[in-house]
Amino acid sequence: MPSFRLLPIALLLFGICFGFAAPAFAQASNIADLVNALGVGGFPEREAAIKALVDSHDPHVNEILQELNDGRLFVSSDGGRVYLQGGTADAPTYADPITGAVAADVDPDTMGKVKINNAVRTLLSSAMSQLTLRSPDRAARLAAARDLLKDADPANLALLDTALAAETDATVKSTMEAARAVIMLKTSASDADKKAAIDTIAARGNKDALTILTTALASAPADLKPAVQADIDAITRNLQVWDVAQNVWYGLSLGSVLLLAAIGLAITFGVMGVINMAHGEMVMLGAYTTYVVQETVRSVAPGLLDYSLAFAVPAAFLFTALVGVAIERGIIRWLYGRPLETLLATWGLSLILQQAIRTVFGPTNRQVINPTWMSGSFDFGGLAITQNRLWIVVFAIVVFVILQLVLNRTSLGLQMRAVTQNRRMASAMGIRTPFVDAMTFGLGSGIAGMAGVALSQIDNVSPNLGQNYIIDSFMVVVFGGVGNLWGTLVGALTLGVANKFLEPYAGAVLGKILILVFIILFIQRRPRGLFALKGRAVEQ
Amino acid sequence: MITQMLFRALDRKTAWVALLILIAAAAVPLANLYLPASNPLHVPDYAVPLFGKYLTYAMLALALDLVWGYCGILSLGHGAFFALGGYAMGMYLMREIGPRGVYANPILPDFMVFLNYKALPWYWNGFDNFWFAALMVVLVPAALAFAFGWFAFRSRVTGVYLSIITQALTYALLLAFFRNDMGFGGNNGLTDFKDILGANIQAGTTRAALFAASGIALALALLVCSMIVNSKLGKVMVAVRDAESRTRFLGYRVENVKLFAFVVSAVIAGIAGALYVPQVGIINPSEFEPANSIEIVIWTAVGGRGTLIGPIIGGILVNFGKSIFTGWLPDYWLFALGGLFVFVTLFLPKGIVGTVTGLWVSTRRRPVVAAAEVLQPEPEAAE
Repeated sequence: MPSFRLLPIALLLFGICFGFAAPAFAQASNIADLVNALGVGGFPEREAAIKALVDSHDPHVNEILQELNDGRLFVSSDGGRVYLQGGTADAPTYADPITGAVAADVDPDTMGKVKINNAVRTLLSSAMSQLTLRSPDRAARLAAARDLLKDADPANLALLDTALAAETDATVKSTMEAARAVIMLKTSASDADKKAAIDTIAARGNKDALTILTTALASAPADLKPAVQADIDAITRNLQVWDVAQNVWYGLSLGSVLLLAAIGLAITFGVMGVINMAHGEMVMLGAYTTYVVQETVRSVAPGLLDYSLAFAVPAAFLFTALVGVAIERGIIRWLYGRPLETLLATWGLSLILQQAIRTVFGPTNRQVINPTWMSGSFDFGGLAITQNRLWIVVFAIVVFVILQLVLNRTSLGLQMRAVTQNRRMASAMGIRTPFVDAMTFGLGSGIAGMAGVALSQIDNVSPNLGQNYIIDSFMVVVFGGVGNLWGTLVGALTLGVANKFLEPYAGAVLGKILILVFIILFIQRRPRGLFALKGRAVEQ
Repeated sequence: MITQMLFRALDRKTAWVALLILIAAAAVPLANLYLPASNPLHVPDYAVPLFGKYLTYAMLALALDLVWGYCGILSLGHGAFFALGGYAMGMYLMREIGPRGVYANPILPDFMVFLNYKALPWYWNGFDNFWFAALMVVLVPAALAFAFGWFAFRSRVTGVYLSIITQALTYALLLAFFRNDMGFGGNNGLTDFKDILGANIQAGTTRAALFAASGIALALALLVCSMIVNSKLGKVMVAVRDAESRTRFLGYRVENVKLFAFVVSAVIAGIAGALYVPQVGIINPSEFEPANSIEIVIWTAVGGRGTLIGPIIGGILVNFGKSIFTGWLPDYWLFALGGLFVFVTLFLPKGIVGTVTGLWVSTRRRPVVAAAEVLQPEPEAAE
């Protein structure tokens, strides 16, 4: 199409014709003229037009600047009017950017985009943040205040002062005050003003404040320096405390994951003296159950997709518990009294389960969505807490409490504890130990399945999911000791926290190696773990 | 006395097997080098290092059998000793490359140049000598096994707990060797070998010699193990396996017996690793994978633990099956391997050799069937 090829030339001619006339437009007070001025001349003229728009204080300005930034403003080669492009790429429509009225008589072939370069883009973003400081939307104001805090420009001082006077929200106001204080430090204000500014910044007490003060220290007046230094020290101390707290939180979060993965193992190990190598695959099956439930919900009731996890938890428990019972009845019960053989058989089973899942679902990761109520994060003091980690900690605690209740308050729990302590005696008292074994294995597997639901939220749902957790789970169990869930709890949390505290000093991998070595040495001291069952029985 | 021990060790079965291995060690290389390709008995070039690899695996299974089958220690970390021996050999082979590497540095191996090493780490010194590397192949696994066993057996860590911490050991080593700043080539390990003892490692004659060396090493290991298990010490080992506390109460130092078996086993595994590396041409941290170590257990279990010939048969058979199976139905190999684990533990607890011997004994002398049951330990008393 020849008209398209001619377009750039037409635009160029247009620019030359009107380039020298741009200042005249900038003088105009009419908002429509100001908008049309955007389409005229080169980039310097465009910057001038943007400044003029900002100065006009018109309510539409912010929106128009945003449209310009997005490249949706077009200028017609005949008459030089600026339009907002809408519609589809094949059939664009053109509307007045202020009124929104669609102009029917515009020929798309004559339209050219209002171009911007990086300088214009920078100006735009600063202009927009200035404008949003007075936006009615609280979130927009907060974001704008944070922008200003980040690149404090003394030029914005007056703007900030007017915004501050009108501000009512406490958070936004404090951010604006901080931004103002940072700007004050850059200007040649009086020492008293600077002192006040430093106090304002120090009161924020976070990493940004520390950076600001450290840079300010060099240029601060001599008599203010001790005060700044004292503030810096105070913030550093404060930050260290929060750092420790953050590490503890990360550790607890990792520990709760370990707890979820290991607790089922601890039960089966405690009762049957068998390490179930297929335990990790139970976790994996639980994660895949979550995926299947999610897809079912998606096709049956898409509105409930956000709550599919609520269905997945019982589904995963039931499914993996059934698989567990089947494994116990089919394989493990033939191997009683031969714990090492059971270990091998369950390992073989884990290979089969992995390959079965790989054959059915394919080797790639499956996507399990994070429900909206589990995504995002919030700040708690100096802690950044992500929602899904928080939910997993809560979930782990709930599972732990329920399990304690089952073990201590139900007849099945009583029987399990009896079998754990003395199998033959329990059998002599009329407890059906094979039934208890099957139920225990089912319970342990079911809990692993629920752990899989939780892990599907933070890890990749792949056939290898279980493999990543199995060794850690073993470590937790042998560290914590058998026959006592508290041991598992303490073991999981200790290892989680220790891991996270070692990480900053030793790195993630070396930290993990140190933990493994520590456990190997620990087992030498206490071959039966932290909370060993006391008894007179000699092994074998 | 040694001749006496040797004589006792050479009970007829073991002697036959050792002889068979030695014949194979000579026949396969000869058939590869001197028979024309048209001859039906000709062994193709690719098969020599492949079978050589099986022999080293068989040796590894034999090493595990010495501790598991005769001493009751189920090590889930024997791959670590194998890999350490392999790394010691790999370090020698890396130093042998010399200036022929991609970066042509006469001292530093390629990966060190790549990772900006300025000088050789101290523990790489000496590995340019074959004798030193050979010494390390033996000493490093032995030292690790000694240190680990010293602590573990003295503290009476037994059964499943011991299995788990041996697994932790190999897992920790896996993570350590994955690190680039360990100075062992990180993720990629050691590879691109050129020479061994001045001979081109790719050459047919070198491969044949390596095969022969593997066969001889396997036969020697079999002989050593046979000497051990047929000695009085071997009897105590079996006693430890079947009734550890009882043996201790009888006055034997159980931990010393276990420690001895563990160290000897680690050394055999290390030598197997050292022979494995030049034949496959690479050693990387994946050899430390806990899964690999568990696979060794299944070789031993398939062949028959508590017999010396069993693990050799198991090691060769399972790996041969693996090669065929992965070429034929690669997606289903894990089903087969997993099924093998379950099948063997459920239906063949004594493995192929144990079962065949059991059948043989029961057809000849019926009343003695019960004796074959001794292998199964008593059910564990409740704690």
